[in-house]
Amino acid sequence: MNEEKIKQYGDELYEAWLACRPVRPLLEREPEITIEDAYQIQERFVARRVQAGETIIGKKIGATSKPVQDFLGVYQPDFGMLLSGMVYQEGDTIDLATLIQPKAEAELAFVLKADLKGPGITAMDVIRATDYVLPCFEIVDSRITDWKIKIQDTVADNASCGVYVLGKTKGDPRKLDITLAGMVLEKNGELFSTGVGAAVQGSPANAVAWLANTLGELGIPFKAGEVILSGSQSALVPVVDGDELVCTVGGLGTCSVKFAGRSKA
Amino acid sequence: MSMTVTLGREDIVRLCERVEGAQTRAYAIPKLTDEYPNMTIGDGYAVQLELRRRFLAAGHKQVGWKAGLTSKAKMIQMGVNVPSIGFLTDRMARPENSAIKTSDLVHPRVECEVAFVMKKTLKGPNCTRQDVLDATDYVLPAVEIIDSRFSGFKFDLESVVADNGSSARFVGGGRARYPADIDLRTLGVVMEKNGEIVTLGASAAVLGHPAEAIAMLVNILAELGEELPAGSFVMSGGITEAIPVKPGDSIVARFQELGSVSMRFIE
Repeated sequence: MNEEKIKQYGDELYEAWLACRPVRPLLEREPEITIEDAYQIQERFVARRVQAGETIIGKKIGATSKPVQDFLGVYQPDFGMLLSGMVYQEGDTIDLATLIQPKAEAELAFVLKADLKGPGITAMDVIRATDYVLPCFEIVDSRITDWKIKIQDTVADNASCGVYVLGKTKGDPRKLDITLAGMVLEKNGELFSTGVGAAVQGSPANAVAWLANTLGELGIPFKAGEVILSGSQSALVPVVDGDELVCTVGGLGTCSVKFAGRSKA
Repeated sequence: MSMTVTLGREDIVRLCERVEGAQTRAYAIPKLTDEYPNMTIGDGYAVQLELRRRFLAAGHKQVGWKAGLTSKAKMIQMGVNVPSIGFLTDRMARPENSAIKTSDLVHPRVECEVAFVMKKTLKGPNCTRQDVLDATDYVLPAVEIIDSRFSGFKFDLESVVADNGSSARFVGGGRARYPADIDLRTLGVVMEKNGEIVTLGASAAVLGHPAEAIAMLVNILAELGEELPAGSFVMSGGITEAIPVKPGDSIVARFQELGSVSMRFIE
């Protein structure tokens, strides 16, 4: 794919994000887009947000667990960039008017205390480089109409990242069994779904190692202080005005978030 | 739930013999309601009681109870709002890491469960989650091998109660814990078959908290005029979906805080 088109689609996704107006699937219009092309489009989309004043503060791993892969019809993990404008605090109310077609995912977030650069990174290196882990919600959102995405569409769209909320309880991965820690997700006081760390590539640390190695191939390191969202341990939860979600990671703690208003689609 | 018994003694014995034959000789039968469409849940428990009486008379020792249909999805599917219960005997117990025969089972499936061992007798009605926790000696991880004797695992609540809640075999193991030392609501669980993860979840999948299932079991026992004796081993219901097994399969169930339980299946 030529540079002109990469720029064009990256700009189109940026404008779609800015206006909260979804666009037609890119792959429908350009059947030749490769995954590599899609990451270049993502780079352009993210660069536009950085030009507009945001900073990159971490990474997210997407499509890591079976329920999400089944929903997306995407059977390999992907990644996107976390930007400073995506951050909400525990207990915040998210205004749905700032999103298009949001869905929530309960995850474990890693905060790093050392740089990590692939290739050659294992799960053990991930634990070594981790300052602490937190329960979190990622609110995924698609700039593609009706979530009609293939892997290339979601990759180009910054891995469908919307916003995210970090819980307040910090856990030490040397003391917490992150692989077998249960994940209990409640919506409006009722049980919505349960999961466990192992749902994500056998262990959330495996997913983080995968991304360190994948980014390493591209010459991009994880930096100390970065936040890494390791992938959904729950089913995707559609959210509407008034919804309140709480997730609890066994042995760690909770993260909660409320939603108000109406999303654009 | 109505515990009214509508069937006469003769019909109950007849149905019990049918279930007993299917259980002991490992063959599938049509669900009982095909022939007795007006059968009640009370009738189902009357058949189960008769089955228990026969097993105990034959020298089996009752070790405890199990709760079944404890997930919201299963309850909605069956159109009920309480779990079903069944009794457990020494003949159903298998040691951890053992080879379990499948030739004496119809179509076995395995589920991960939290099991409770009681130190105090509990009596319903109005038994609560806290009553259960207070009366518990320790909890441990378990795998239940269920085996509905009904063709194609197709049944209704009346039939499954008569079939002793599909109870067949169980394996307790792992690491015993005091319930006060762990959060029983958020325990993560992974089941592996032949080294691959086949199902997973967290313990809240059981009625929001496994002790809730035991409280409901105690209240159902009260309706049947019984109590849960001290020393009982009680399984609280499947956290994960039931996974079919066949000879050659190896199962490992891994529990947060409770260790693991393993077994393999042979001809």
